[in-house]
Amino acid sequence: MKQKYERPTIRKMNTGLMNKFGTRTDFDPVESIDGVAVKDLVEQYGSPVFVLSEKQIRRNYQAALRSFKTRYPKVQFAWSYKTNYLNAVCKVFHQEGSWAEVVSGFEYHKALGNGVAGHQIIFNGPDKKEADLILAIENHSLIHIDHFDELYLLIQLTERINKTAKVAIRVNFDTGVYPIWDRFGFNYENGQAWTAINKIAKANKMELVGLHCHIGTFMLSTAAYAVAAAKLCQLALKCKNELQNPLQYLDLGGGFPSTNTLKGAYLPGVDTVPSVEDFAEAITNTILEAGFATNELPLLILESGRVLIDDAGYLIGSVLANKRLSDGRRATIFDFGINILFTSNWYDHKISVAKESGQYTEETVLFGPLCMNIDVIRESIMLPLLERGDQVVVHKVGAYNMTQWMQFINMRPAVVLIDQQVKSHLIRKPENLDYLEMMEVVPDYLKT
Amino acid sequence: MKLKANIATSENGFIFNPATGDSFTSNAIAAEILTYMKAGESETEIKQKILDRYEVELCQLERDWDDYMLQLKEANLLDL
Repeated sequence: MKQKYERPTIRKMNTGLMNKFGTRTDFDPVESIDGVAVKDLVEQYGSPVFVLSEKQIRRNYQAALRSFKTRYPKVQFAWSYKTNYLNAVCKVFHQEGSWAEVVSGFEYHKALGNGVAGHQIIFNGPDKKEADLILAIENHSLIHIDHFDELYLLIQLTERINKTAKVAIRVNFDTGVYPIWDRFGFNYENGQAWTAINKIAKANKMELVGLHCHIGTFMLSTAAYAVAAAKLCQLALKCKNELQNPLQYLDLGGGFPSTNTLKGAYLPGVDTVPSVEDFAEAITNTILEAGFATNELPLLILESGRVLIDDAGYLIGSVLANKRLSDGRRATIFDFGINILFTSNWYDHKISVAKESGQYTEETVLFGPLCMNIDVIRESIMLPLLERGDQVVVHKVGAYNMTQWMQFINMRPAVVLIDQQVKSHLIRKPENLDYLEMMEVVPDYLKT
Repeated sequence: MKLKANIATSENGFIFNPATGDSFTSNAIAAEILTYMKAGESETEIKQKILDRYEVELCQLERDWDDYMLQLKEANLLDL
């Protein structure tokens, strides 16, 4: 019987001091996701294909909610639509009890379509169209005002339609993390936020019900959230004491990191990123100690996205070709690139082979399929020896890739959800030429 | 394609170039091919041995052979 073949390769040994942290190469193949074989998924849905684990989404949500609810009596999560607004995904979160947090008109309509009650939709963002605002007012949605122009527009609209808007303002401040995200909302330190609050208080048809902040994304400091919560609490207490306007909620936004490893990081994300428990501890301790009466504690809203879904998403792809670069480095070309794996711009995604392979590895550059020099997924990764047609699994891709993906050179692939009974469901079909050209119009004079 | 005469190799795949001080590790097939090369066997003979011993098609082996020779050349191990 013949022996198993592996292509011949050599690796130069480097002398010098050993890396005391060590870097383990992941040889372990990922042959299935949530009990469904990778091979079967590719056969059924093609390659590349995004795969989401419903079990992991629910596990993440329940764990995060528990982290806050065991520390604070009134907590509400609102699913961040921009992180992943596939309807099947949103519905899983809404089934778990999550409200919707949207940042555009179409996201607002998506939330309504997903059956979310108007008063459980939080409307954020700097670009809210007049028609969308009117709908939000009529639905009693929570409108988070981003700038003075929006505030004045809302005052006009509420007068015109003679209805009261439920509003909060987005507040930005110095939390000790730089750069400060001061392009959104009203600044706390220079008094702009207090001015906005006073204008709302004086308006006839505006009800100030909360305060909102969103201090950044992939935040690695829990202390920043404590500072943000303290400043929001001070503002809320000022509203109660000086304007006799007690607030119903404080919305601390999102920004909690997943355990992906940022490019340039020395240690892997799993070893360095604070847990949701750590963030919950920092936020809830601050609010509990801020001076609210026990029966007047505001509802705490969280708009987490990434931390709830990143590790529930996988991307399965295949090797298109191997080649050797001019400097001798090995390069592997996959059928997925930055067009659908947008997050490879800032993460060193973990990539596993999908079948048992030899223990010998080689340093490889991973390229995507685009005719673009920038289409690099990993500058350097140690991988077992891959051949054309071999499959790999990219981990922790659930956040942002299925909303920020590009229809550039290649179509966007299928997205599959594996339910809790280990059954796979197509939740977004792969795109085709008809879909691509659906919105195009060719003028008559060019038709012949 | 001939290995340089001064290149030292071991059965378990360790390669040492005394002229440059560079050392390399190799996987099992790479080590086996080096042994055949050191014994002076021709490219055709070596390829036939690999085809007889391993589960591989000729077209795959041809591709990998070219890449392997390129690696040896880059590593300055071949007598050109």
